[in-house]
Amino acid sequence: MTSSPPLEQPGAGLPAPGKRIPPSVFLARPAKRHRGLWAALGVIAFLAMWEAVPRLGLVRPVLLPPPSAIPQAFIAEVRSGQWTDAIVHSLVHYAWGLVIGSVGGIAAGVVTGMSRRLEDLTSWVVRLLRPIPGLAWVPFAIIWFGVTPLAATFIIVLGVFWINYFAALGAVQAVDRDLLELADAFGHRSTIAKLFKIVLPAASGTILAGLRTGLGQAWMSVVAAELFGVPGLGQRMMQASSLLATDIVIVYMATMALFYGLVDMGFVALRDRLLRWKP
Amino acid sequence: MADDMTPMIEIRDLSLAFPNPTAAEGRTVVLRDFNLSVAAGEFIAIVGASGVGKSTLLRVVADLVPPNSGTITHAPDGDTRGRRPYALVFQDARLLPWRTVRSNVAFGLEGLGLSRAERRRRAEEALALVGLADKAGRWPHQLSGGQRQRVAIARALAVDPDLLMMDEPFGALDAITRQALQDELLDLWRRTSKTILFVTHDIDEAVYLADRVILLAGTPATVRSEDRITAARPRGRDDSAARALATRIRDRLSDLMDGGGI
Repeated sequence: MTSSPPLEQPGAGLPAPGKRIPPSVFLARPAKRHRGLWAALGVIAFLAMWEAVPRLGLVRPVLLPPPSAIPQAFIAEVRSGQWTDAIVHSLVHYAWGLVIGSVGGIAAGVVTGMSRRLEDLTSWVVRLLRPIPGLAWVPFAIIWFGVTPLAATFIIVLGVFWINYFAALGAVQAVDRDLLELADAFGHRSTIAKLFKIVLPAASGTILAGLRTGLGQAWMSVVAAELFGVPGLGQRMMQASSLLATDIVIVYMATMALFYGLVDMGFVALRDRLLRWKP
Repeated sequence: MADDMTPMIEIRDLSLAFPNPTAAEGRTVVLRDFNLSVAAGEFIAIVGASGVGKSTLLRVVADLVPPNSGTITHAPDGDTRGRRPYALVFQDARLLPWRTVRSNVAFGLEGLGLSRAERRRRAEEALALVGLADKAGRWPHQLSGGQRQRVAIARALAVDPDLLMMDEPFGALDAITRQALQDELLDLWRRTSKTILFVTHDIDEAVYLADRVILLAGTPATVRSEDRITAARPRGRDDSAARALATRIRDRLSDLMDGGGI
């Protein structure tokens, strides 16, 4: 307290060149090689605790089957052909719902974002329709399409549509006006030219983020949409749970997690390729 | 270079007003009765305080903003195929971050009916002019501020415009880069014999670069003075005649401000 602080010297906060950076600088960011290790350790600890709870008799195995019981249930489910059946059905719903919802949502969002009048025209309709959850549309889905794949797809489309609509709308409205002026100055004056040369590339980052959210949202909707009896993974989970076959329920939960993980990984790779121009 | 008989660009009685509900007449007049004849190959600088309407003037000439009255006649210089009459360089480089440097330079060439190979060739030619041929495949974020602005100049030169308009193109750069780019621009001008309309608030810059320096001042802005500079280039930055002219223009500007002319 009594001694005066040392005078600040140029470069005083930086380590001398060639000197090892003291670890304290990186307190908030642990060394990279340890991070994968810690992640694996977390998964192992999680599985071990899960295994312990039913085995120690804290919970009856029928209410929470241990993870060691899952592979066996999985093999049985695959052998019976039900797993493949359910997955194929669900993937078809997922893919169609995702494609229709995303393309529709992005197109509607981009067009609305480019037209003030259209935005005004639709603002209250959007405000009224948006908060209605996908599940609330199930009665109409059944009335309109019956208990069919179309009904399940419809529910998925609704969830995906809004996410992409709002992402695209916001992204288009945030496009830098200066870039649109640039397009004018260099002869690209038509709306179509501006759309493809400026608006879509400038909005691509946010639109892709919306698409990614939709990829996850669509899986949630798949289960919800199939709970009312359309063949697929959701329906199979309902059957299994009514028979208290909890291990089979977990098989499908894990299946979904795996598929989502794969789809998301693929999408992130594609996105990074598309957005490689970002600093 | 400035002794052509027929002007390339003839601006007659140009006036421009913006709607402004709080103003007395419901509009603000930005520019009144602006006249200018630009000969082919001329380098003209327009100076004035920030916000005086210099940039707006460029935008009217570039057909980005319609004038309220007046005419701009443009006598195309030779064959117009594969070219654009005007090109603009902005204060910010305004490169498209999702395009490579080469593709940014080719931006204005698209839609002119050129083949992809032709566009690529012209873009690379323009990049070579500004000394960035080796950066063609880079992304804009990988360049320095000065390099980005040179790419913007290459983009404008690539369309081979009759009139190159520059809106305070070096205003955002540091002093060292600014001087280097001023010299580079003079060199480019000499080699391409382009006609240049250069807007700046830097009177020294205007005097260093231009054949003619036009002072805009007031609301609405009108031409307050016009000086022709005949000194050969390269002019020294400490050239006494240039210094004297810069001082005269500065004095006029401060007289106008004292007299409530601005």
